[in-house]
Amino acid sequence: MTNMKSLWRDRRFWQIAGQLLAVFLAVAIVTILWGNLNRNLQQLGIQFGFDFLKQQASFDIGETLITYKPTDTYSRALWVGLVNSLRIAVTGIFLTTIVGISAGIARLSDNWLVRNIALVYVEIFRNTPLLLQLLFWYFAVFLGFPKVESKISLWGLVYLSQNGIQFPWFTLSPEFSALLLGLTFYTGAFIAEIVRGGIQSVPKGQWEAARSLGLKPGLVMRLVIFPQALRVIIPPLTSQYLNLTKNSSLAIAIGYPDIYFVASTTFNQTGRAVEVILLIMLTYLTLSLTISIVMNLFNRTVQIKER
Amino acid sequence: MRKSALILAIAPLIFALSACSGDSGNTANTASTPGSNSTSSVNRNRWDTVKNRGQLICGVSGEVPGFSFVGTDGKYSGIDVDVCRAVAAALFDNPDAVEFRNLNSKERFTALQTGEVDILSRNTTWTLSRTTSVGLEFAPVVFYDGQAIMIRKNSGIKSLADLKDKAICVQTGTTTEQNLADQMRKRNITYKPVVFEDVNITFATYAEGRCDGITADRSALVARRSILPKPEDNVILDEVISSEPLAPAVAKGDNKWADTVKWVVYALVKAEELGINSQNIAQFATSSDPDIKRFLGTEGNLGEGLGLTNDFAARIIKHVGNYSEIYDRNLGPKTKLNLPRGQNQLWSKGGLLYSPPFR
Repeated sequence: MTNMKSLWRDRRFWQIAGQLLAVFLAVAIVTILWGNLNRNLQQLGIQFGFDFLKQQASFDIGETLITYKPTDTYSRALWVGLVNSLRIAVTGIFLTTIVGISAGIARLSDNWLVRNIALVYVEIFRNTPLLLQLLFWYFAVFLGFPKVESKISLWGLVYLSQNGIQFPWFTLSPEFSALLLGLTFYTGAFIAEIVRGGIQSVPKGQWEAARSLGLKPGLVMRLVIFPQALRVIIPPLTSQYLNLTKNSSLAIAIGYPDIYFVASTTFNQTGRAVEVILLIMLTYLTLSLTISIVMNLFNRTVQIKER
Repeated sequence: MRKSALILAIAPLIFALSACSGDSGNTANTASTPGSNSTSSVNRNRWDTVKNRGQLICGVSGEVPGFSFVGTDGKYSGIDVDVCRAVAAALFDNPDAVEFRNLNSKERFTALQTGEVDILSRNTTWTLSRTTSVGLEFAPVVFYDGQAIMIRKNSGIKSLADLKDKAICVQTGTTTEQNLADQMRKRNITYKPVVFEDVNITFATYAEGRCDGITADRSALVARRSILPKPEDNVILDEVISSEPLAPAVAKGDNKWADTVKWVVYALVKAEELGINSQNIAQFATSSDPDIKRFLGTEGNLGEGLGLTNDFAARIIKHVGNYSEIYDRNLGPKTKLNLPRGQNQLWSKGGLLYSPPFR
């Protein structure tokens, strides 16, 4: 009896019980939903299953990094989409970091013009919808270029036309370019604010101390201020990387065949709404968790090590 | 931070686990459902649902002139729209008892499956897989179409073969996307598909010059060409690369509802065969022709078999007109589209339209 009493009062018991209850509830809810789904599908005469992935896709994809032809399976098509998504996410994260950090530092520049150009950039790109910006890049910028016959030459190295950006050794399609620039500048504006906040969070004494050592302003930033600002910058920066990756699904609006796009087509041709949505969820969850984990590891290396 | 990551990490696991348990519990679930049919079954009582609601909910595109299009006055018009009006006329004696919902090509089937719309009348091609794995029940074809390609007049493109290595704009989720891939594969022509979800963006991209050609059903190309910046600068290639029978559809599950929609479409064709239209229908009231009498419900009880009134066909023709009236009003020579009837003529005049007997 006394045993029971002490159990009721034990904090650990309640912690574990709470966890168990939460798991039970979650499983129960999902089971009910699942049963309901199955029942409804059955009544509609639709079988749940992923066999359709082995069927021939028979639609073509405009941009592929891995080999693909319409006779390949839906799963191959989805791989093509995933690779395209990764391509945009990786290059996007790389570019947006450069844009964001530059704009963030520029926001604190002593030069009036630089400071205000950065301010206008940040405010415009942060305060308009991304979809609108993507359509702007696509229709106003890239489709505004001349036809391929009368392409614009930049120093004879890079050519701009309605077919995209042509480098000597490869070409970027207008769909990819519009999406990449759209995501880069949109996310970059948010990162700029994060970087500015991070830098401003470093105590003034650090600036003064660094300068008193005789360091030039560039070195002060690089060696003293920025490393300390990173502690504040990285967690919200992770969110922005996640946003960029997830927002890349807006590719569907401007015709870039990313994973969401290919999955939509697959869903459309097969009518497998539930299965395809599950696949999309799993894919983005995996992508997001991967970015999270990498960034958390990175975060750990820049935090102050208490000795 | 770490804890939330853990929860996120195990979420799919829980999902997967419950998937197994859901499967095994499934038979038990179905066994215990008889009492709760009305909530779980979306389509079993579609006929009753529509009748009790007093209004038909009809999924259309709203973006294709001549088929379904919202005019500047906010009114819907088009052949697909008139099919819905005909169903409403048969059920409620009121062609305006319809609520239209605009659906894009991706939303359309889910909207039907989940019961958000009662009928899908949205230039949709009747295919085998859509009747099996997507779970649709098609009514008779209301428009026989074929896929074609539109190009700019000054592009120098004369046939499909000239589109080698060119960019072609396509709308996703359509049979046209697959047909194009099939055709080009068959003819060994490489091309670059530029694919969009939104029909407006697809055509806008073509209009901007990104694509050398654009493919869709011939009727859709004609219809959309009429609202392009310079319609006369665009031509449609003669080559027809597929057959696209466009038909209204309902979700499987309620045969009575499917039959009603089917026979409403047949009634439109049958009326034209019999020469009955909205103007002269009154003269047929006293007809002694048994075929006409049965059709108009003055003899026999054909309508009751569908749960309708015996004069359901008469209601349709009175309010909406017969097939040729609908065609002429939306696609005929007096419209901007001016599509020749071609295959969409009665069988007796060399076309494909044919109604089973009303007896």
